[in-house]
Amino acid sequence: MADISWSERQKSTWRTKVGLAEMLKGGVIMDVVNAEQAVIAAEAGAQAVMALERVPADIRAQGGVARMSDPKLIQEIQEAVSIPVMAKCRIGHFVEAQILEALNVDFIDESEVLTPADDRYHVEKESFRVPFVCGCRDLGEALRRIGEGAAMIRTKGEAGTGDVVEAVRHLRELSGGIRRLQGLRREELMTAAKELGAPYELVLEVAATGKLPVPNFSAGGVATPADAALMMQLGAEAVFVGSGIFKSDNPARRARAVVDAVAHYKDPAKLAEISYDLGEPMVGISTAGLIGGDRLSVRGW
Amino acid sequence: MQQGTDFPTSLRTHLIGVVSFQGDFQRHISMLHGLGVETREVRDPADLPGLHGVVLPGGESTTIGMLMERYGVTEALKARAAEGLPVFGTCAGLILLAHDILNSTQPRLGLLPVSVERNAYGRQVESFEASFSSPVFGETALEGVFIRAPRIRTWSSEVELLAILDEEPILVRSGAILGATFHPELTQDTRIHRYFLDMVQAVQAKKRS
Repeated sequence: MADISWSERQKSTWRTKVGLAEMLKGGVIMDVVNAEQAVIAAEAGAQAVMALERVPADIRAQGGVARMSDPKLIQEIQEAVSIPVMAKCRIGHFVEAQILEALNVDFIDESEVLTPADDRYHVEKESFRVPFVCGCRDLGEALRRIGEGAAMIRTKGEAGTGDVVEAVRHLRELSGGIRRLQGLRREELMTAAKELGAPYELVLEVAATGKLPVPNFSAGGVATPADAALMMQLGAEAVFVGSGIFKSDNPARRARAVVDAVAHYKDPAKLAEISYDLGEPMVGISTAGLIGGDRLSVRGW
Repeated sequence: MQQGTDFPTSLRTHLIGVVSFQGDFQRHISMLHGLGVETREVRDPADLPGLHGVVLPGGESTTIGMLMERYGVTEALKARAAEGLPVFGTCAGLILLAHDILNSTQPRLGLLPVSVERNAYGRQVESFEASFSSPVFGETALEGVFIRAPRIRTWSSEVELLAILDEEPILVRSGAILGATFHPELTQDTRIHRYFLDMVQAVQAKKRS
């Protein structure tokens, strides 16, 4: 058994779940609140859309409890575009997840952007047929979510701010955590697992392979093509953009620019062209001024 | 790693381009590296000269097709394919190779005389794995990973059906163009990639003779 990794022992649906995450690499997943925005996103080259009722910037501004979207909205978006449609459920709200599965969404995001429904437990994701993506701030959180069955991880960043600093911090924290594991001796990995609060077998696998067993995307605060390329150069495999598109001056143009920037993230000359004359980005708020409950990224256990 | 055209080629000196705008291109690159083949990521027409074959990965066909067109890769690759350059597409890659895409006007290469239907098994919950055998690949069954997969609905008589699942073609070839509705790059089985490299080898051998 010691020779068979955690990944190799997963049931057969694991491969199609992670497989869809593989197909979404190298692209942009955009938050949309209606069918019209979904069409703009798809026409700009988004490879998937996230259907939600309010973008994170509005959730932040308006306050109140943020919940799963109305099925009507999700269905309208599914009918409007041919690309995969994702939707969010609250942390721990497994009935919202069941409803999203019944609606045939392609991916469920158990998301800290919505108000958590459970302050101790996340959804047990393995028994669902639909794949899940979950946020993380560090390696331990990523491995706990994968242990629960998440087929894709995204670093959280700070959604709805247009400030990329937290996205950078979380991605560096995650990749630093992986590098630290790689430097440990075998007998040190159990204590590492204890300190990370992560399943031991996943710690063994990451120490051996030097990467997560599922794709790792970046989210939370990306507002410009340069931000998106920054996250890609730091090692993200694709980028989620929330408020950054539809809270900007010219969503269609900015959406296309972010898609182009992720495709050409290693090419500064092309990035300069892509960033040219895009109009005003979202105004944004600095995450440095956020206190306590204003930080969405601390949600998740 | 570029080889001159009159340089003698063998499998190990082939240079395969992988269209790398979006999708699981890295999985194809890893598989080709595992077979000892050099690769080059293709994002620009300038990446095409010197290639002996091109792979179109899985991913979102609308996104990949749009970016290929936007950056001039579609026209340039069509021209090279017309000269006989072998091209292999999986899932989204097959859709981009197809002449006809049901209910869609999305950009495409149109190099393979088939019509395909996108997401034809349904959404993600209908994604599945299935094993199949084919006389082309010997006795051992192959594993197919089908993710929001397309189905080939019609094909012209010149199209060779290399593998069939439930009475429908899932791996097809026409001349130097090869297309699969599934993802061999997500498995450890290299037989289909090796088959493509044999096609590349045959084209090179013909050029030299």
